[in-house]
Amino acid sequence: MLTIQEIVETIEMVQKEHLDIRTITMGISLRDCSHPDVKVACKKIYDKITRLASDLVPVGEQLEREFGIPIVNKRISVTPMAMVAESTDTDSYVDFARTLDRAAEAVGVNFIGGFSALVHKGLTVGDSKLLDAIPQALAETERVCASVNVASTKSGINMDAVYRMGSIIKEAAELTADRDGLGCAKLVVFANVPEDNPFMAGAFHGVGEPESVINTGVSGPGVVKRAVEKVQGTDFGTLSETVKKTSFKITRMGELVGRAAAERLGVPFGIVDVSLAPTPAVGDSVAEILEAMGLERCGTHGTTAALALLNDAVKKGGAMASSYVGGLSGAFIPVSEDAGMIRAVEDGALSVDKLEAMTCVCSVGLDMIAVPGSTTAETIAAIIADEAAIGMINQKTTAVRIIPAPGKDVGDSVEFGGLLGRAPIMAVNSFSSSDFVRRGGRIPAPIHSLRN
Amino acid sequence: MQRPETPGGSRIIVSVLGHDKVGIIAAVANILSESNINILDISQTIMQGFFSMILIADMENSKIDLATLKELLANKGEELGLRIDAQHEDIFRYMHRI
Repeated sequence: MLTIQEIVETIEMVQKEHLDIRTITMGISLRDCSHPDVKVACKKIYDKITRLASDLVPVGEQLEREFGIPIVNKRISVTPMAMVAESTDTDSYVDFARTLDRAAEAVGVNFIGGFSALVHKGLTVGDSKLLDAIPQALAETERVCASVNVASTKSGINMDAVYRMGSIIKEAAELTADRDGLGCAKLVVFANVPEDNPFMAGAFHGVGEPESVINTGVSGPGVVKRAVEKVQGTDFGTLSETVKKTSFKITRMGELVGRAAAERLGVPFGIVDVSLAPTPAVGDSVAEILEAMGLERCGTHGTTAALALLNDAVKKGGAMASSYVGGLSGAFIPVSEDAGMIRAVEDGALSVDKLEAMTCVCSVGLDMIAVPGSTTAETIAAIIADEAAIGMINQKTTAVRIIPAPGKDVGDSVEFGGLLGRAPIMAVNSFSSSDFVRRGGRIPAPIHSLRN
Repeated sequence: MQRPETPGGSRIIVSVLGHDKVGIIAAVANILSESNINILDISQTIMQGFFSMILIADMENSKIDLATLKELLANKGEELGLRIDAQHEDIFRYMHRI
């Protein structure tokens, strides 16, 4: 029998502490949609997405009502578009992005991920065309998200692709200059990308995935923060234990809702991504959890250790609660989407360098960081290379989602609104990395890539 | 692997949170009885100055669905200045029990 305390705890988690299912993402394979004629290929893509995902939003809303748990986003991820579009006889892949955008609008999802390419070892003709299309695709469409994997522990870092991504990010920012460079907020550059991640902007439907799948992402920074606040002054073992128990409960809920959604939609259930993903709402902040652990401001000395404890405890609790935990499980540290992170930057406690150190122990990487519009493509490429190196050597996922805000400088901020939030412009190192990133070729994989 | 349960049972949990006043239980019980929903258990407590009541009920022979019930309860809650909600039991059980 349930106790009254348990029931009240669940109700409080939802009503006061912003516990939610952050996203239900339906993965859809588009591998059977290839066709030499671009019009036919686009029609097949549109038809398949709208057929499989037509009930996604209604089912999500139905579950929300029954369980009384908000399901914030309903989204779609598709096969990396470079693979689907490659056999098409066209030079511009923007048509494919427009098709994804229309399909997403038709079924009522706010983002569709998978305008993507995996180029960690090299580029095919299709990969290259997709990369070329990214800036225009992001500027012209509203809901399409793009991602490119440029490095892995097994293959090393494709520095040609890294440099190219530096230029693509600059171009994407300039094409959306009227919206503070919004295009870049929908573009992620990965190392060791997971293929079952339900979180945008990096979601896509990996090649090892089934025809269609439901992945859920749960999140509850507010719940964890409250739990951490309750054990103030205790030792680290108690702190870790508290986070683990909370993470366990959050994950259980994600699995229940994910399985229910999968059953009603008639597709297999994939994974629960148990992540602490902040939102701009007050009290829904990862930085505030770190501060509740005893740091005056996120970014001060000790922050990396605090984040390491948090990330690990979240994963441990999640792994106990569900056998199918995947994606990017851990703690996200985006700047613009986290009120505590924004404050830390504005107070001068948090710099890009400290963020980079934190990415060694967080679930992803440098996320939603705005830098001066004058930042060169070479510098952006060098930032990507640093992150990719951290991912490659440490066998973890890392990513960069960076916005060189056109016409803005340190002291200004960019405003995207909604879930993407607001980002103060952060300073980058003023010395050049140009000769380094222009070398070209591939940084070899580390020795532990030979494990087999 | 044992297949985790998806919502299927007919038990729901009605929660009432807010300031205490006369007639809360009667109001909720009335809505349930009019819809032929059987009350299995009621417990109430004052937590941090807030009145909280948890009621477990069975909707097996209910005349209305959960969405309609939630609406009726929410409206009554607004009238009384309380927050009344109904949720499927599974979410609570699944979260706290292996």
